Amino acid sequence: MFNIVLLILLLFSLLNALLTGRASEAGAAVLEGARSATGFALELCGALCLWSAILELAERCGLTKRLAAALRPLLRRLFPCSSREAPLLEALSENLSANLLGLGSAATPAGIRAARGMAGLGEAGVDELRLLVVLNTASLQLLPTTIASVRSSLGASSPFDIVPAVLLSSLLSVLAGLGAAKLLQRVWR
Amino acid sequence: MSEVLSLTPALLLGALSLWAFFHGVDLYGALTEGAKKGLCLMAELLPALTVLFAVIALLRASGLLELLERMAAPLLRRLGVPEETGLLMLLRPLSGSGALSAASELIKTHGADSLVGRTAAVMLGASETTLYVTAVYFSAAGVRDTRWAVPAALCADLVCFLSSAWICRLLWG
Repeated sequence: MFNIVLLILLLFSLLNALLTGRASEAGAAVLEGARSATGFALELCGALCLWSAILELAERCGLTKRLAAALRPLLRRLFPCSSREAPLLEALSENLSANLLGLGSAATPAGIRAARGMAGLGEAGVDELRLLVVLNTASLQLLPTTIASVRSSLGASSPFDIVPAVLLSSLLSVLAGLGAAKLLQRVWR
Repeated sequence: MSEVLSLTPALLLGALSLWAFFHGVDLYGALTEGAKKGLCLMAELLPALTVLFAVIALLRASGLLELLERMAAPLLRRLGVPEETGLLMLLRPLSGSGALSAASELIKTHGADSLVGRTAAVMLGASETTLYVTAVYFSAAGVRDTRWAVPAALCADLVCFLSSAWICRLLWG
């Protein structure tokens, strides 16, 4: 899918550059774009690594586990069928708490473990799997560390001042996703 | 408020270090190991960024991006969304590094504290790579019938983009 979009964008830019006589600028811009990526990545690297370090410390301090335990009552309501199985509930809470803390690399394996278990529970389980996917496609992260790092490397006066806006916007989108899921679940059988 | 927010990394680092120290967690070991993981992440990100920065630079220099933005502007403006974020909204559900590149380009071009730069940042921070995540989960679970999952997830993305634009306009417009 992304490949198709990429191909279309590339072909049409080439066409447009040729038709509007911007071929030489376009040729120079491709190389300049690729060159600027390394500088940008180097600028970003320090902040990203510091966040990764802080999150690793949080993980080793047991924050994920504590958060996971606190989330269980909520998950029992959202996933009544799957949460009857103890290992599934554990995978679900691990997935959600890693998502909240922004530990993407820990969230995905736990989520996949949950997804596999849910697929084995019949139609009710598969319906809850769809809900899990909808939850995972909405951003649940409490601290948008990557974009804050990008902002700080590109000269923001206060990289974190967008946090309240990000939290409100993700909350609204999670609610919209849950609402749409509940609604569509009823009509789409 | 913004004083406290700008202290976020330092405060978190301090609080967690204190906790780690009194609970027998190897503080320095954890931090350096975490930084190393960040470095690995960066190594994975750089090839994607290189390709995507080149593509976006081509899009911009060829005039196609401007053309597309002008075409989408009447609709987006009516919705209260800056038309410059069009490419970001197009790439967001498909590719995480694509969206990161598009947002970074906007932040660089318009300034990190500009309305467009902030809107791009909030949109990126408040959403996920919807179609990619869906593909990963359903294929791992071996379930083919995604049914209402994708429409519901895209509905959440739409709400995210609109609310991001509106909140930013309200706060910094």
